[in-house]
Amino acid sequence: MSEIAPLIVLAGNPNSGKSALFNALTGARQKIANYPGVTVERKSGHFTFADGRPAELVDLPGSYSLDPTSPDEEVTRSVIMGLQKGERRPDAVILVLDAANLDNHLRFALEVIALGQPVVVALNMMDLAERDGLTLDPARLAKELGVPVIPTVAVRRRGLEDLSAAVEGRLVEERPEAEAVIAKERGHGLSKQAKRIAKLAIVSETAGRRWSERADALFLHPFAGPLILFAVLFVMFQAVFAWSEAPIEMIENASEWVAAAVETNMPGGFFRDFIIEGAIGGVGSVVVFLPQILILFLFILLLEASGYMTRAAFIMDRMMASVGLSGRSFIPLLSSFACAIPGIMATRSISDPRDRLTTILVAPLMTCSARLPVYAIIIGAFIPPRTVGPGIGLQGLVLFGLYVFGIIGAMIVALVLRSTVTKGPNSGFLMEMPKYQLPLMKDILIGLWQRAWIFLRRAGTIIFAATVVLWLLLTFPKVPEDSAMSQVDYSVAGRIANVIAPVVKPIGFNRDIALALIPAMAAREVAVAALATTYAIDATDEEAEARSLTERLQSRWSLPTALAFLAWFVFAPQCISTIAVTRRETNGWKWPAFMVIYLFSLAYAAAGITYWSAVALGL
Amino acid sequence: MSSSTSLDLLPLRQRAEVVAIDWTAISDNEGRRLRALGIETGVQVEKLYKGMFGMNDPIALRVGRMMIAVRKSHARAISVCPVAVTIAA
Repeated sequence: MSEIAPLIVLAGNPNSGKSALFNALTGARQKIANYPGVTVERKSGHFTFADGRPAELVDLPGSYSLDPTSPDEEVTRSVIMGLQKGERRPDAVILVLDAANLDNHLRFALEVIALGQPVVVALNMMDLAERDGLTLDPARLAKELGVPVIPTVAVRRRGLEDLSAAVEGRLVEERPEAEAVIAKERGHGLSKQAKRIAKLAIVSETAGRRWSERADALFLHPFAGPLILFAVLFVMFQAVFAWSEAPIEMIENASEWVAAAVETNMPGGFFRDFIIEGAIGGVGSVVVFLPQILILFLFILLLEASGYMTRAAFIMDRMMASVGLSGRSFIPLLSSFACAIPGIMATRSISDPRDRLTTILVAPLMTCSARLPVYAIIIGAFIPPRTVGPGIGLQGLVLFGLYVFGIIGAMIVALVLRSTVTKGPNSGFLMEMPKYQLPLMKDILIGLWQRAWIFLRRAGTIIFAATVVLWLLLTFPKVPEDSAMSQVDYSVAGRIANVIAPVVKPIGFNRDIALALIPAMAAREVAVAALATTYAIDATDEEAEARSLTERLQSRWSLPTALAFLAWFVFAPQCISTIAVTRRETNGWKWPAFMVIYLFSLAYAAAGITYWSAVALGL
Repeated sequence: MSSSTSLDLLPLRQRAEVVAIDWTAISDNEGRRLRALGIETGVQVEKLYKGMFGMNDPIALRVGRMMIAVRKSHARAISVCPVAVTIAA
């Protein structure tokens, strides 16, 4: 063995507890990257054998078969066979099987073992199998499969040492070249073999309805099921707003405190202005949305880990079918309410390519959390806080309306796409619905931490850069003392905006909006920071500077303009990261270009219609 | 027992054995997925749940110890023969 740490890969069916085992073996320090050229996540971590020798552990995407039906399964297959670009040939494979689901999981195990690589089977979730009334004989299973079988309970860290020892034992062996012995009849007959072996390994099983099935009698009830789903979603969106108030206030206070500290401790001048107005103001106005994003992801991760998400997909399938999609699109679209980027990445689980493309193209229409700051500031400034019914505020109603507007837009667009550019036979909906599970706090926290990190990195790079560049463009060249022009008009940014302004004038947008739209291409939430920066720089005296952004908006925008601005943001594809991730997921510029054009056209039309309707109504 | 019927017409909670699958009615990729999820001839299935609001689409099936969802259009291509419920050994 060379000095390079051996590469151990974890493979197994989805829902075999593979990721929990991976987390238990490696801890929170994981590296997430993509395999080169494909859009499949590579999750790796470090792990040490009993004697202190290190190894690299890679969590392969969950697979049902070595005969791939998705890019994820394709990668799993190539890695195990040592054919994957950018990956060494693995030194050992840990096959994770759900002990309570042997009939189904042995199928994939048999395919992998047939390749002749060093394999150790982790018979995972033994505790749940026992609770289900199953008694298994791991030794018998090992004899039938011809590889070591170690019972494990990943969530309780049981069996991990035995597993590590067994893997170590397999490392010294000479490895034969992997043979491409993919089942010739494309999987026919494998299930029967799997069932036969499962029968031999099961010592006894008692019949009896599992609590998971009793839960489904309620959650998949033809009438109660959809109502429960609706209630879950309602609570989720309520929580996003209600729970985030306190942490948002803390972040705002912290950023004000930092700005004040900089103000008192730094000599006045260019750098102080740059740090206060550009850096703290710009990035601070975006980081305040971290609590909302994390709350939304907390719900999504909990729904996924508990197994409820697949039930939601089942319930929604019929409705999604009416616009040419399937229940599988429901999960990515729901994630898109937090952010379109993880939403678009989640479309990888959709096996039908046309379905997947359609879902990617409509995902940006779901109201992501980046739109919230824009909606919040405009609604706060222009929609009066009066009630229109018992417990229904007008502001909340408008916000809800904007969400609905996006959803209806997405459904219409999906329907149109499915009968034009992504035309084809209606796809199927084939999905495993795993047993319900109590989500493990550690797994949820690792997931949340990864999401928070991605967001903060974005805020620290793209959003930071965009606000800084805008601030510089707005600050230079300096307006001469004797000029009648304002600083904004005189600046580079002002001159660029003057070119764009005539284009957006017909839809009611003024020059300030044209200006804010440019940096908002980086990320929607920058629009708010941009307006704030613009009006801060343009403030000519102390008094004007003291006025809030809300007041400044009220004095400069008409109501139709504000409404048109809201309508614009329902559709406008203003997020470079979304465009970039679409390019990556569709492997080319064709679809992101299509997406940008159709979304801008819709945004322009929607803003125009809104503006002129509002003007006609005399608002 | 009774003669074969298609899976979409099978009553709820009725256990049945898959006797034939019309692979021509299912795309290649979906056929592979169906097999990967354990559906092939000779396998016993049980229809557990149907779609929402009284619709017969999609369908939740028990296959082995797993529950899977299939659409009616696929279920139609699967012929099953109802079997008496056996008490597990």
